[in-house]
Parts: sequence; C-alpha cells; structure tokens
Amino acid sequence: MSENERQVTSTPDTRRKQALIFENVALEVGRKTLLRDINCTIGARLRTVIIGPNGAGKSLFLRLAAGLIKSTGGTITGTIKTGGKTGHSGQSVVFQKPVMLRRSAYENIAFVLRQHPKPGDDKSTRIERALDAARLADRARTPARKLSGGEQQRLALARALVVDPSILLLDEPTASLDPSSTLIVEKMILEADKSGTKIIHVTHDIKQARRLADDIIYMHKGRLLLHKSAADFFVDPGCDEAQAYLDGRLQN
Amino acid sequence: MGEISNAFAIAFDLILRADAELSAIVFLSLKVSMIAVFIACILGFSLGAALTTFRFFGRRGIIILLNALMGLPPVVVGLVVYLMLTRAGPLGILGLLYTPTAMIIAQVLLITPLVAALSCQVLQELNGEYDEFFRSLNLAPGARMKALLWDGKSALVTVALAGFGRAISEVGAVMIVGGNINHVTRIMTTAIALETSKGTLALALALGIILIVISITINASVMLVRASSEARADV
Repeated sequence: MSENERQVTSTPDTRRKQALIFENVALEVGRKTLLRDINCTIGARLRTVIIGPNGAGKSLFLRLAAGLIKSTGGTITGTIKTGGKTGHSGQSVVFQKPVMLRRSAYENIAFVLRQHPKPGDDKSTRIERALDAARLADRARTPARKLSGGEQQRLALARALVVDPSILLLDEPTASLDPSSTLIVEKMILEADKSGTKIIHVTHDIKQARRLADDIIYMHKGRLLLHKSAADFFVDPGCDEAQAYLDGRLQN
Repeated sequence: MGEISNAFAIAFDLILRADAELSAIVFLSLKVSMIAVFIACILGFSLGAALTTFRFFGRRGIIILLNALMGLPPVVVGLVVYLMLTRAGPLGILGLLYTPTAMIIAQVLLITPLVAALSCQVLQELNGEYDEFFRSLNLAPGARMKALLWDGKSALVTVALAGFGRAISEVGAVMIVGGNINHVTRIMTTAIALETSKGTLALALALGIILIVISITINASVMLVRASSEARADV
C-alpha cells in the first residue's frame, strides 16, 4: 500500500466509504461449481453477516472477499481486495481454526504489527491494549499454542485488530467456543465496528447473527439467495429456503 | 581373548589420561564436522526455506533430487572433491588437497542435501499450517522464509544434529580428500580404519568408544530438544 492510501484508510470516516462489489462471480474447482451467480454490493457502513447451511459456500465467499482465492468467473471490485503484490490493503482475517505461531501470545501480536507497522503509537502499549481487550493480559508470555481454544481465538482476533484494519473478515470465529469466550469475541467485534472497521462475518449461529448483523447475506447451495437488512430478514426473509433455515427445518 | 581385553584396558587408560594424540584426533574431528555442519545448515536451511516459499518450474525436480542425494555415498563425494582439488583439477591451484579445508568441503557437499531435504520437509509442513494466515497478511516472501525458519527452529535443530551425526561418522570422503595424514588430517574415523589395519587395537578402540559416546550424546540431545519443544507446544 502506498503511503497515501494508508493515510486515507486510517481515519474512521474515510474507511467507511469503501465497498465491495461482486458481479456474476463464480467459482469452479475441477468440474464442480462451488459458487455461481454471486451478485452483491457489500457497503462499508454495516456489519454484514453471512449465514446459510453447511456447504452453502459461505467460507468460500469470505475467502473470495479476502482475496485468498481467485474467482473463476465474474469480477470482484472494491477497495478491500488484496491485490497480490500491491500490498496490505488494511484487511484482517480470522479463521475458524485459529492459526497460532509457535511463539508467545505477545509475540504473535508483535509479528503482525511488525509486518504492518502503525506510525505514532508505541508498539508495546498497542500490543498490551490488544491483549487487554481479549482478556489475555495475564497470558502475554504463554506460548500461544498452550492457550485454550477460546483463548487462542481471542488472541487471533486481538492480533487481527491490532493493525486497525479497515475490514475485518471472520470465518465462524466462535464455532467451537464456550459462551464466555464467545461473549468476549462479540464484544471485540462490536468495539472494532465502533472504531470504524467494516465487519464481514460468517456464522452458523442464528442467535449470533441476530445480535451482530446490520445486514444479512443468506447463501444456499453455492448461491447468494438474499441480501437484506437484518431487521427485514428476521421478520420475513421472503424466501422458503431461508425461512426453513431460520425455523431449523432440515433441508436437502 | 587376552589381547582384546588388554586393548580395552589401554583404550580406557588413553581416554582417562586424555592422551595427547587421541585428543588431537578427536578435536580435529569435531572441528571439521562442526564447521561443515554450520556451513551446510546455512546453505540447507536457506534452500529448504526457498523451496518452501517460492513456486517455480523445476521446484519438484530439485526436491526429488535433494531427497535422492540424502543417501549420497561418501566415497563418491570424496572422489568428486578429489577431482576438483587435485593439482590437475579446476581448483588445484588452491592447493587444498590433503588439508582439513578439503575435508570440510567434502562434508559440506555430503550433508547439505540431507539438511536441505529434511528442512524442506519440516518447513513445508509448517507452511501448510501457516499459509492462509500469511497470505491474509500479504506477507513478503522474505518475511515468510524468516518466520518459517524461526518457528521451525526446534525441528531444525534436530535436522542439524542429524547432519552432524552423518558428518562425524563418515570415513570415505575425508579419507580420500584428507589423506589421513598424522597430525594434519587424521580424524577419528580414518584413524580407526588405519589403526585397526595396523593392529594397534587400543587406539582404534579408544576412538571407537568416543565415537559411540558422541553419537549417543547426539541422539540424547535430539530427544531433549524434542521434549522441550513439545513442552512449549512447538511441534
């Protein structure tokens, strides 16, 4: 990223101007079509939550948005795509299974900060603040891989947020967490939102979607069936598949 | 039978007295192999990290070749280095043949493929685990190599020890390029070969015992490294 872009993306107001546009996006691997006809505009203002049954393509959608995989059809345009060699575009990704470096919790965060240094702020203060927010202040020196699953995921989120990303992409971050860690994770997500970070969040948990979503993307069998405001969606999704999913009915 | 037990007695006596000739031989062995391992690790780790990080045409071929070269016969390496360093050879002008430097060169050639192939295996596994995270950070290749080497360090220590074990125990290559010259290029393995054929069993036995102790120490170190890295959940 050029110096100019970094300055532009560092203030909450301008960060919110970003948007991500999917046009006829498809993803095929071998002969299998995993995603097709994906059309949507993800605005920068809202906490976007992606829901849908297993195998709907939610995680693939998120990876496309993050630029981790390339679509085989259509175009994805927007400011949050990582452009290969153009450098970090201010996004952070948290995966379902946290990837922990073989270092202490503190060093895990320091590593990310070293790759994308933030001007001004003292580095160690920044790291300590991040650990604090994840309720990991007393675990700073513990090897990250010795932490519990919940602590690891909180660390992954703290590490993602330490660089003040313009976009935070979350792939079922609380799928296997206990309620107390889930609560901390949700708090951290809301805090990030407040400070101007765009949230794109894949979840399985309908209750969590209700708590966090401004707008909902509903996916089913590799298609994006709905994209509407959370308020509307939970009153009347307006499509049978989504209604069945909300009701907890089994579908094939 | 009496002769053998007598040889054992003298051997232990030589070791306990830290006999000057014996010490010199042991010291030179350790020095040559340690320097060789050090150089081989710099080359092998870099190669392993590069093969893990970069995707290019011929990458698979190189990895297969390195794996094949892991079992390189020492005498063949000795012969190749000899041909390079002999008077008439391309590097003959350096006058390195029959010097400890020649022995180091031979051992570096012998164990670099081993270190590279093993570290490549270690780092590829680690890279598989870290790949998505690193890509989400848009990590530069250099930074990725550095991070992999750092996080793989406990496994790489055992790779280095494996290299050292092979270097310290080989006889074929150093015999050819070192020449087993007394007080100059005589090391444990070449001395054992010579003393045994001369019938000087005591010195040969003493060196053999030390060599075995060294190899046990290396294996114990490997296990200790492994245990301590498991305690840190590094594996």
